[in-house]
Amino acid sequence: MPTDTAYLPTGLPQPAASTDGLDTEFWEAARRHELVVQRCTACNAFQWGPEWLCNACHSFDLGWHQVSGRGRIFSWERVWHPVHPALKDACPYMVVLVELPDAGNVRMVGNLLGDAMEDVVIGGEVEAVFEDHQADNFTLVQWRRI
Amino acid sequence: MFMERGQGVRLMNTIKDKVAIVGIAESPYYKRGAAPISEIQMTLQAIIAAAEDAGIDVRDIDGFASYSNDRNDPARLSTALGTRDLSFSNMFWGGGGGGGSGAVANASAALVAGYSKYVVVYRGLAQGQFGRFGQGSRAPAVTGGAALTQPYGLMSPAQSFAMRVRRFMHDHHISQEPQKAIALASYHHAQTNPRAVMYGRPLTPEDYDNSRWIVEPFHLFDCCMENDGAAAVVLTTAERARDLRHRPAYVMAASQGSDYRQAAGAHNAPDYGTSNFKTVAARLYGMAEIEPKDVQVCQSYENFTGGVMMSLVEHGFCDPDETEEFMTLDNFRYDGGKLPLNTSGGNLAECYMHGLELITEAVRQVRGTSTAQVPGATISMVCSGPMVQPVSDLILRG
Repeated sequence: MPTDTAYLPTGLPQPAASTDGLDTEFWEAARRHELVVQRCTACNAFQWGPEWLCNACHSFDLGWHQVSGRGRIFSWERVWHPVHPALKDACPYMVVLVELPDAGNVRMVGNLLGDAMEDVVIGGEVEAVFEDHQADNFTLVQWRRI
Repeated sequence: MFMERGQGVRLMNTIKDKVAIVGIAESPYYKRGAAPISEIQMTLQAIIAAAEDAGIDVRDIDGFASYSNDRNDPARLSTALGTRDLSFSNMFWGGGGGGGSGAVANASAALVAGYSKYVVVYRGLAQGQFGRFGQGSRAPAVTGGAALTQPYGLMSPAQSFAMRVRRFMHDHHISQEPQKAIALASYHHAQTNPRAVMYGRPLTPEDYDNSRWIVEPFHLFDCCMENDGAAAVVLTTAERARDLRHRPAYVMAASQGSDYRQAAGAHNAPDYGTSNFKTVAARLYGMAEIEPKDVQVCQSYENFTGGVMMSLVEHGFCDPDETEEFMTLDNFRYDGGKLPLNTSGGNLAECYMHGLELITEAVRQVRGTSTAQVPGATISMVCSGPMVQPVSDLILRG
């Protein structure tokens, strides 16, 4: 599902696709509200973040695979100290590491939407939310409790 | 490499006992921004003083090794010092303090190989002059791995490592207490060390509990300081070491490296709740031909106390499920603890000299000159840089 409300204030470093093209498809898919991860065309292994070589079989023939966006919280942190001027009034905020069971348990970093003071359970189920930053032409993948 | 914790792998033709640290020194240690001289001046000061401590002419140091892309490169240093014959110029790749013991390992290899006669391992770091490690990037845009973390406000070292520590705590049902004990130990030991930035600034358990969170599970006192300073140690062959000023601190073992895919992007290291020492510790103990119970004093790099906690487990000092009962201030004290830990105050309370202060302290322990001396210590360990890639280890023998 999409959201136009950003979890963190603007002013943080913005994501940009690598100039070598390694992760262009991920960022374009996110703008289409699709979640994709890298998958080896030769051996079907998933990997994340993007790499040029399949770490399982050493094939260079890597493709992209759309996943459901359902995940489980693998770890979490509640941030209290702002390390960037844009975060001055944004603390506390919640960062989670989410594993994707339908993509070989690869993990993604994102924010857990909602009240940052709510208890977080490792293993808790979450789903992807697409956070559009239309003025800046990028979309972040965030997570919310199911 | 699948080893039991604390068990060594068998190694052949190693550097064991072939080289020694013969000189140590540091600049005065300062709070960030308080150094009255430049970073390279402090670095030169430390190298000159380390040569004096060894009792050699600094111009005879012919090898230079450092880590973490130290700005003060050997060409510039050797030119300033008047080095007669530069024979080894070496950088340990990888970020953070993971290269401290690794630079000593590289220096040792250079001496055993016959490249050099005297190698200095040095680190100059003035965060007040060149920017703080604890701040996020001010770049307007980021790519690659950074694009997968920084837009979510995961941008500082504390934030990168808190996630690993939280997972380890979850897996082994660990409370905040072990990290608190590690912080208290560093501050306890800094109170006997006049070099320490936190000398005269004791920390109580209540102070710790009441301190603000930086990022859970790290309180303020779980995080290293940001400082200005420089430190240096001089190594030479065991043969030359015998004729020098101090009792040599022999390198029993040194190891470096990283476990399987530990640098995988977006926090995808397969083994996640780890300090990354499992394979490195096995090679360390194998080279030294000792066991964890033989280690009399340990300096374990505190970027964050949670990394020390995992590092001590992965060096076989306790099982992960015994962390809570083993990691207490009483067990970490120099005066009677089972495993005296970070006896100078280390990165938390002596100076964030990027872990080189842990190596000078390990030498002081086997010389018998520490300000928190473990009685009769002859086997002294350093663990450099938990949770980074690569990490490194060192065991010294008096």
